[in-house]
Amino acid sequence: MVPDPRLIATEKGKPKLAVWKFTSCDGCQLSLLDCEDELLLLAEEVEIAYFLEASSKVEEGPYDISLVEGSITTPDDVQRIQKVRKQSRFLVSIGACATAGGIQSLRNFADVTEFTSVVYARPDYIATLKDSTPISAHVPVDFELQGCPINKLQLLEVISAFLNQRAPQVSAHSVCIECKLKGNVCVWVAHGTPCMGPITHAGCGALCPSYNRGCYACYGPKENPNGESLCHWWAEKLGTDKATIIENIRNYNALAGSFKKIGESLEVNKKRTT
Amino acid sequence: MSGKGKTIKVDYLARVEGEGALFIRYDDDQVHDVQLKIFEPPRFFEAFLRGRDYTEAPDITARICGICPVAYQMSALHAMEDALDLVPTPELRTLRRLLYCGEWIESHMLHVSMLHAPDFLGYPSAVAMAKGHPEIVRQALEIKKAGNALLRLLGGREVHPINVRVGGFYRTPIPEQFESLREQLLAARDLAEQMCRWSARLPFPENNQEFEFVSLVNPDEYPMNEGRIQSSRGLDISAGDYEQYFREEQVPHSTALHSILIERGAYLVGPMARFNLNYSRLSSRVKQVAEELDFRPPCTNPFKSIVVRCLEVLYAFDEALRIIENYQPPAHPYLTVKPRKASGCAATEAPRGLLYHRYGINAQGKITHAKIVAPTSQNQKTIEQDLRLMLPKFMHLPEDQLQGLCERAIRNYDPCISCSTHFLQLHLQHDQPGSL
Repeated sequence: MVPDPRLIATEKGKPKLAVWKFTSCDGCQLSLLDCEDELLLLAEEVEIAYFLEASSKVEEGPYDISLVEGSITTPDDVQRIQKVRKQSRFLVSIGACATAGGIQSLRNFADVTEFTSVVYARPDYIATLKDSTPISAHVPVDFELQGCPINKLQLLEVISAFLNQRAPQVSAHSVCIECKLKGNVCVWVAHGTPCMGPITHAGCGALCPSYNRGCYACYGPKENPNGESLCHWWAEKLGTDKATIIENIRNYNALAGSFKKIGESLEVNKKRTT
Repeated sequence: MSGKGKTIKVDYLARVEGEGALFIRYDDDQVHDVQLKIFEPPRFFEAFLRGRDYTEAPDITARICGICPVAYQMSALHAMEDALDLVPTPELRTLRRLLYCGEWIESHMLHVSMLHAPDFLGYPSAVAMAKGHPEIVRQALEIKKAGNALLRLLGGREVHPINVRVGGFYRTPIPEQFESLREQLLAARDLAEQMCRWSARLPFPENNQEFEFVSLVNPDEYPMNEGRIQSSRGLDISAGDYEQYFREEQVPHSTALHSILIERGAYLVGPMARFNLNYSRLSSRVKQVAEELDFRPPCTNPFKSIVVRCLEVLYAFDEALRIIENYQPPAHPYLTVKPRKASGCAATEAPRGLLYHRYGINAQGKITHAKIVAPTSQNQKTIEQDLRLMLPKFMHLPEDQLQGLCERAIRNYDPCISCSTHFLQLHLQHDQPGSL
């Protein structure tokens, strides 16, 4: 086999994989350990050079591919992500925290000083930034894999695409398409259940509708979502008040570009009507 | 401290969930200071839950931890149901127990095989261990996979399941759905029994200590979702009285709050506490295996917690299979209730131990206050105490081995630092005699 000229040479001639954690729940990096059938195979193809949750052996950078979990919330995070970027040839942010600030970005819409005093008796011990921000707000990102949590098969696809020098095949269409592919009855049309499916990124396999539940947008926005129209139909046909829509736009992916915009316009409208 | 003090530094403690650091100052005679430092960045769940709908609490709090999301879902929905006087039917209750079995299996096997076992066999990771012990790693992955299959069927996915709600489930399975899963669970149960026998033969450092063990106790079953909070020293309270007996304290070196039993101090929650307080309620098969291995309660050596986890995994398979064999689909997947101004609390047994939630909601069903106490913040003080007592017994070891042992001692507790609030740095400072 001809060696891939892009790779950073290792003794074993395998690409070096690193997994980094910032502010997060560990669930997305856990997805890698949840690949029970593929984990040992993957370890044959790549050298797991830095993955603190799984190994106490730490190899120095640079790394061929870095998976970054979590959002940036502390002064230390801001410094550390720069170091990670410098050491990584291909950087993939994985999960809603890394791609869209995560649930902890709800602080961005509130007063973080007050937040600290709700949780901690001595807020002065706590070093935290006012905002939780996605990785792309700090460094260039080569690929973003959305989801809270990510789909482990999509993660394997992204790694595999990198190993085979091709673009990852991760569909950017909506959850609605996944529902149709599965033959699900539409929970909105048939049961009147508010569903975020029309504007939400595919990847989960239309899980919630498959369980008779409305999608709550944990995979973030699809490509070019028509949020305005969704809000209109929610309010018109389902009588859902705007606050409920804001709750669904502002949960796990509140800072994702189009969700952020929809949330802001809903706030403006709310102020006008009250 | 004088500049003569000897310092050993390890930048990160690996194979734990989250980031923190350990600082120990000692000399040849005694240990002066032990601080388990947690600087996992705070995420302020208790603050931003305010104003959110009560129905969102199980899904939002699941995001505290990717390893034990079901535990957060269970404590959250039981607390909401406590507030709204909603009592799930026995069938729904049993299905929740089945879901919890899946998480216990998945979370325990992750710790046993990928985080803990490499310590005993001298490998940096399970992937490296797979070269020398391929069978063990393969079996562990099979067992874990079975737990995850159970989580997927009932919850929709392994991490942050989507199928639970206040009052029950969104969709309950039909009996046929359990058919192929049953075969997988039966096969994995045999592997789990082998894993119990294997774990009991590992070389354990001697480190028996006196703990006050705290867990739920339920006269009818090994505790998961319900029971009174009891301890090995006579505590016996309901979850509603939790905050009268337990207090959280903030210490400068940690973003996780330390929990103590008021006027009594540190205590231990988790598999060892459950095992010691509930041994008689394990399945006969688990007790038989434990007795064959001469592994009877009380287990007071945290290094042996790996055996307890394996026994609990075996129990979770027995329990899951029992539930599946007797499964009757609930008449309705969930009960409904109108929100009203109320407050409620609940404690359930996360894989790592007691997990307490309390919420207040207003007449519109919006959350007005939230309090969450995670198992690792409850164990944090005990971990520090363990290290303080363990170190003098092993002072004869060379410093690098001593340091390795400290890291292992922390891993014994399967600390979930993401839960309790991340970067584990280890600083061991050895003071020279005569230094300050």
